Amino acid sequence: MVERASPLGSDFRPGSYGDFVEGTGVTILEALKGSIVEASAWPGEEKTLAENLSAICRLKLSASPGSGAANREGTCAFNIGPGRFIVSGQGEALAGVIIAAIDESVGTVTDLSHGRAVFAVEGPKVEWVLAKLFALDFSLSAFPVHTGRATAHHDLFVQIQRRGEKRFELYVFRSFARAFAKTLRRASEDVGYAIR
Amino acid sequence: MLIDCPHCGPRDLAEFSYQGDATRTRPDLASTDTKAWLDYVYHRPNPAGRHREFWQHAGGCRAHLVVERDTLTHEIFTVSFARKTSGGDAA
Repeated sequence: MVERASPLGSDFRPGSYGDFVEGTGVTILEALKGSIVEASAWPGEEKTLAENLSAICRLKLSASPGSGAANREGTCAFNIGPGRFIVSGQGEALAGVIIAAIDESVGTVTDLSHGRAVFAVEGPKVEWVLAKLFALDFSLSAFPVHTGRATAHHDLFVQIQRRGEKRFELYVFRSFARAFAKTLRRASEDVGYAIR
Repeated sequence: MLIDCPHCGPRDLAEFSYQGDATRTRPDLASTDTKAWLDYVYHRPNPAGRHREFWQHAGGCRAHLVVERDTLTHEIFTVSFARKTSGGDAA
């Protein structure tokens, strides 16, 4: 079950910051997830795992690199490596449901609910801000809605899913969350940012 | 330098970790041939030119890769999943 206490502490206070005189370029918030799991397929079982996750979570997920999907209940999944997916949702029971439903002959499922923090970054300047931190093409054509990327900012692994034209969710290790929040805030100062 | 990960596509070198020479062939695990083990563990030809190397996309999909590149020009010729090579050693 996810640790409900935020790892961000008192540094992450709602308000407007940076150069926001002409409006805020991005809004940063902690996306609270009830469940976060990583599902990994054994070699040759990638497609089966994607199909099983699709059925369990009511998603249209494929095994192709970087693919992803989301549904109206807020459950989302994306590919982060060969046969590997991050799946998250609002319900705290979701992790247990997925772990119970994926047969051990298909792959493994690890509950990361207590080990990851998720930032949602949205707004008209979101691509500009994220491009400062990651050597990725964040344009909509190269990084379509629902697709995901596994990347790193120096020594911090970050998994990113695009959840809208101007909205991304960033999964980071929970123990790095406070430091990464500072990095995000620093990168957002020139466009003005709000914390919600 | 960019490495074209077969899963993620072209990514910055900073996301990758060098994992060693991919031209070696490991002796049989039951072998007691000390020269063969010495060659495997310590001796490197260090070629100036085309070379096969293990890399890991540690800051990405975490796949282990075999990268064939020129050690003089850093030109990369091929990148493939290491699991598709014979026993993880030289194909």
